[in-house]
Amino acid sequence: MKAPQGAAARPPLLLVLPAVAGAALLLIPLAALLTRTPWGRLSDLLVRADVQQALWLSLRCAVAATALSLLLGVPLAWVLARTRLPGRRVLRGLVTVPLVLPPVVGGVALLLAFGRRGVLGPLLVEAGAVPAFTLWGVVLAESFVALPFLVLTVEGALAALSLASEEVAGTLGARPSRVFFTVTLPTIAPSVAAGAVLSGARALGEFGATITFAGSLPGRTQTVPLSVYALLQDDPPAAYALSAVLLAVSVILVLSLRPRLR
Amino acid sequence: MNRRSSLLALTLATVLAGCGSGSSTSPTVPTKRTITVFAAASLTKAFTAEGISFETSHPGLRVSFSFAGSPTLVAQIKQGAPASVLATADLASIGQVKDKLSAEPVVFAHNQLAIVTAKGNPLKITSLAGLAKPGLKVVLAGPTVPVGKAAAKALKAAHVTVTPVSLEDAVTGVVTKVRLGEADAGIAYVTDLVGSDVGGVALPGTTTSLAIGAVRGISAPDDADAFIGYVQSAEGQKVLMSYGFT
Repeated sequence: MKAPQGAAARPPLLLVLPAVAGAALLLIPLAALLTRTPWGRLSDLLVRADVQQALWLSLRCAVAATALSLLLGVPLAWVLARTRLPGRRVLRGLVTVPLVLPPVVGGVALLLAFGRRGVLGPLLVEAGAVPAFTLWGVVLAESFVALPFLVLTVEGALAALSLASEEVAGTLGARPSRVFFTVTLPTIAPSVAAGAVLSGARALGEFGATITFAGSLPGRTQTVPLSVYALLQDDPPAAYALSAVLLAVSVILVLSLRPRLR
Repeated sequence: MNRRSSLLALTLATVLAGCGSGSSTSPTVPTKRTITVFAAASLTKAFTAEGISFETSHPGLRVSFSFAGSPTLVAQIKQGAPASVLATADLASIGQVKDKLSAEPVVFAHNQLAIVTAKGNPLKITSLAGLAKPGLKVVLAGPTVPVGKAAAKALKAAHVTVTPVSLEDAVTGVVTKVRLGEADAGIAYVTDLVGSDVGGVALPGTTTSLAIGAVRGISAPDDADAFIGYVQSAEGQKVLMSYGFT
């Protein structure tokens, strides 16, 4: 690989100093977490019933939220990328809002929509599917924040994809839905997978919308981030250890994305 | 010194100068010293009013509050948060940081548990036993939060088993969930029924004690004591009583 031009010259201090400070800002807290983690207690902690309960709950909810995001997000991305529906540009902008929206605001918005006194509340009460304080509420909150990651990733892949093979399949007489499942989807599969990983990571880390919308009850709606927050009050070392577990999961997820991010 | 580093030095100098002029006050305005008070969530309204009347009678002092569940505050102080005064919803909470206080904590007010419900108590929940009704969504505070601890004790004494839908980290979380209509009822304090849009009933025989203390080495000791003394004074007590404390 050829070195970029000018790389041999001494890097300017004006850039190097803030760069070092920036890296330190990101890495010092993570290093601090690792130095304070009671590694000796980790094995005892991970078999504790309440911790296992939170880990298992988090995993189930994140998987469900990722599945829901795939089920709804891939078609949504396709509609945004491939159709000429009126208002699709506005819609494209709007579906990405949860990406930057403070999660607690997401929780408030979810309450106002799906809470018992929310806009759709009476309908949900009627159907016996009120999401507040239930696992279903956690999945809904996580999907709200995770779905945009999937839509953005998949839509980007669709937009970059040449229409040629889809058109060929079409001229050969394949129905649009068949073209989608046999030509389009296999081609963008790596992007769908990357989007799913990003969504899953976001779902796993969800805190603000969950605690606002679904409450916090061990074994029912208390996911690992909520349990870290609760443990910080009465057993800080346990909170550090559980944080280290989440950090490890994040590192693994980032590594799994590396081939794509390069 | 080459040009690059002199530019950097200039930038730093500008930034530092900016910081300096921001934090120093102009000589015409007398400097107000700030007392940072960490107070239990149940004190939010009462202490905010207390702060306003305290500042009026102590022109050189400013009070800044941080309200949260007592265990949250205690955890923050253990980690070295710069609070000059700590007021918790029970003695056990403040007792956990006794080594950081300049004196023994003192009880300055009492509260009482209450069942909180929607305005007007539409489901007619009048006793702890009423909370055990199947299908009722009840919110409690967590077992380390004073109101949660007191509620668990009261439920146990009344031989009532309640399965909560959420365990909040402060009493304000309990009241909010009931106010929003997400939960049908919760156990909070009688002070939450004063001037509020929730309904409910007081639970007799469930008195709780709020305690206050100065944290050592944070502010001028006299400042912290001035606020603590004010809260215990006739004037300060009047404010607390107007919010339902006894």
